[in-house]
Amino acid sequence: MTEILQYFGLPVGISSVSGRIDEIIVIVHYLMLVLFVGWGIFFIVSLIKFRESKNKKANYKGVESHYSSVLEGAVAVIEIVILFGFAFPIWAERVNDVPDSRDAEYIRVIAQQYAWNIHYPGADGIFGDTKVELVDEQDNPIGLDRNSEFGKDDFYTINQMHIPVDTKIRVDLSSKDVIHNFKLPELRVSQDAIPGMTIPVHFTATSTSKEFLETAVGTKREGKSLEIACAQLCGLGHYRMKGYLTIHEQEDYSAWLEEQAGYLEEEGDDWGDDDDWGDDDW
Amino acid sequence: MSNDHHHEENFIQKYVFSVDHKIIGLQYGITSLLFLLFGFMLMMLMRYQIAYPETVIPYFGEWLFAGSGGVMLPENYNTLGAMHGTIMIFLGVVPLAVGAFGNYLVPLQIGAPDMAFPKLNAASYWSYFVGGVVMMASFFTPEGAARSGWTSYPPLSIFESGQTMWLLGMVFLITSSLLGSMNIIVTIVQLRAPGLTWFRLPFFIWAQLVTSFLLILAFPPLESAAILQLMDRLVGTSFFLPSGLVYAGSPVEAYGSGSPLLWQHLFWFLAHPEVYVLILPAIGIVGEIIANNTRKPLWGYKSLVYAIGFLGFMSFIVWAHHMFLTGMGQSMSAFFQLTTMIISIPSVVVLTAFFISLWGGSIRFNTPMLFALSFLPMFGIGGLTGLPLGVAASDIFLHDTYYVIGHFHYVVAPGTIFALFAGIYYWFPKVTGKRMSETLGKLHFWPSLLFMNGVFMPMFIQGLAGLSRRMYDGGQQYAHASDVLHWNEFMTISAFCLGAAQIPFIVNLIISLAGQKSDDRNPWKSTTIEWSAPSPPLPHVNFDSSVEVNHGPYEYSVPGQDEDYCPQTSP
Ligand code: HEM
Ligand SMILES: [Cu+2]
Ligand SMILES: [Cu+2]
Repeated sequence: MTEILQYFGLPVGISSVSGRIDEIIVIVHYLMLVLFVGWGIFFIVSLIKFRESKNKKANYKGVESHYSSVLEGAVAVIEIVILFGFAFPIWAERVNDVPDSRDAEYIRVIAQQYAWNIHYPGADGIFGDTKVELVDEQDNPIGLDRNSEFGKDDFYTINQMHIPVDTKIRVDLSSKDVIHNFKLPELRVSQDAIPGMTIPVHFTATSTSKEFLETAVGTKREGKSLEIACAQLCGLGHYRMKGYLTIHEQEDYSAWLEEQAGYLEEEGDDWGDDDDWGDDDW
Repeated sequence: MSNDHHHEENFIQKYVFSVDHKIIGLQYGITSLLFLLFGFMLMMLMRYQIAYPETVIPYFGEWLFAGSGGVMLPENYNTLGAMHGTIMIFLGVVPLAVGAFGNYLVPLQIGAPDMAFPKLNAASYWSYFVGGVVMMASFFTPEGAARSGWTSYPPLSIFESGQTMWLLGMVFLITSSLLGSMNIIVTIVQLRAPGLTWFRLPFFIWAQLVTSFLLILAFPPLESAAILQLMDRLVGTSFFLPSGLVYAGSPVEAYGSGSPLLWQHLFWFLAHPEVYVLILPAIGIVGEIIANNTRKPLWGYKSLVYAIGFLGFMSFIVWAHHMFLTGMGQSMSAFFQLTTMIISIPSVVVLTAFFISLWGGSIRFNTPMLFALSFLPMFGIGGLTGLPLGVAASDIFLHDTYYVIGHFHYVVAPGTIFALFAGIYYWFPKVTGKRMSETLGKLHFWPSLLFMNGVFMPMFIQGLAGLSRRMYDGGQQYAHASDVLHWNEFMTISAFCLGAAQIPFIVNLIISLAGQKSDDRNPWKSTTIEWSAPSPPLPHVNFDSSVEVNHGPYEYSVPGQDEDYCPQTSP
């Protein structure tokens, strides 16, 4: 049923929920299509059949049957089926089945004008503390406290999100300044990042970036990989608040993590600062 | 102060600070049409930028965007977007549909000499006028006009420039709507002519009544919210600011512990009913014109009345379907999805009844009817495309994409705007005593229909590809947009052609105004009461004989009668 989507132009879906979300988009569109075509045929036939030149005298009573109530009832029933059969279960999974931090690859995303800070907990799997007072846009945009218990091995990237394929990912989403929306179009993931709130999002990618790129060969999209889009007006740079998403095979992902940990050792506390050695007062 | 016996009015009293509902209606009509034109022009600039991002805008660029060599900057785009939305809704469509059509027609259609509170009526117009002036003036302040979207979500709106003037302007506009809607409600309840029972009211009157209830109940929360936001900006409160914000590199000095989502609830508590405020008067107009031009009663008149009453009621409990992605849990999202699906049923009832009304008619295809007829499928598209947005699971993907822009524009542009055009063509003879040209009318209609679809249909394609709205560069940055960007140029050209297609309308208005008056009070052979008044109706009293109502609103083609219509006032 969802094959029709390629005509709809949706990007190829590559997450564990994308199939079901696409399915409901298609089902609702079938309902719309049936109603529209039904109305449309009735409309055109009426206009032709009852034009003034053809039908000089109108019929005071018009249609006397009440089949239209059947139509309305049918629409109601179909909508109920859509809600209870599809929409509610999908949503329940989305908001109730958030995996525990131990059962998933646990990442924090902190949005800010106009960048995505991706915070990884490091080898201990636990995030260090972050504090507003420590925020320094140059050296420490997320305000990470390196001296906190779990903060030593944390690292973060800017606009570069790396995840493993076929693994549950849990992202805790927040924002430093205004409302943004963390959208991964191909994974059918979208969630507002709201300052003052931390909202968990979870998903499982079902193919790697490499595999995804193969599906794009020969289309206008050829060679353009996965991205994080901002889908909520967040200021003047909203249109360019773009991040990149790379989905690795599990081994490659581990290698990437090690590589990041390596940088951390090389650069000591000042990881994340690309040009100079800053002061050590945090 | 003249004390003479005839209450002679001077020009100012008669045309400027008038208390006659017809003059006030016309004031509303002219002002709002100008604002619609202005909002349209802002949109054309945006469309140009979307199709040809960051190029010099021909002719106007050098003058409008002098600081950047004629190229539109992101702040300009965001300003244009926020102000296009604000102007179209609050200064264009609502004042035209409620202020102009409501004011002019409600007293006439219920056989009353004027509105219940004529001075309040004038106050409502002037409050609207001041609100419009404040909004316009904001373009010329050093901060410029608002640029946080018409939705003005905090914290962004509290940090961004231009918002103070926007909020002040909104306070005046809301006040105007509150005064106006109160007046319409009282007028309909109190001033109906003898014999005009509730179920003899034209459908248009019902639509205005429900609309006014929506305005009066939904606007106060936004008015208070606007004042709270104003305080957050001006006196350092934090109703909408949480603690721990870091903006532009430094911690925000604020008390904190406010909630950005509080604004969204208050805003959408108004703004969802507002959508029905935009559409109900249009539905009312279309109902009148369809009954008249099919020469038969509106099918299911009573169910139509109940349907829009129910629609109005339900519109107060669907607002959070705009907020599915704000972290909403299962039960709340289920509630709002359910109410949203429920509200779709009365909309289906209305549309279906209108379609069925055509069956058995003797359909005349004049210009008002063409606009009214095309309203049906266009509003149909607008309404249907609301379904996948009201189902939270599909909204995950479609939220804030061009699909949304396409959806609500089908409702308000080829929907409401077409209905308003239909209404202008239909009641022009009543207002002026003159007729509009049918040829020019058709020259206006067909290209408008074509180009409307040319602008908005591709938005669904773009939205399904995931293209986000409110993009300064039209989405060029994003890989997932690459397949659908080529539509932008097509849509922009359609938008410009749509603009050109309005020229016959303007020419038609001018030529017709200069034309000959006719004595025919009822050129469309209509049944409703306004057509028994002289054209134009007499100042302050409307009717030249007393009005008594003996019939329902749509007694067309009554079996056994020679004439195919029986006016409500005939014995
Ligand atoms: C008739 C032709 C119209 C065209 C071609 C048009 C086109 C557009 C475009 C291109 C956008 C911006 C999309 C974006 O950047 O995300 C937009 C936004 C909008 N339009 Fe229109 N529009 C029209 C009429 C109307 C009318 C009649 C109304 C309301 C009654 C309206 C209300 C809005 C609103 C509320 C927005 C959103 C503004 C925001 O982002 O905050 N438009 N329109
Ligand atoms: Cu953003
Ligand atoms: Cu953004």
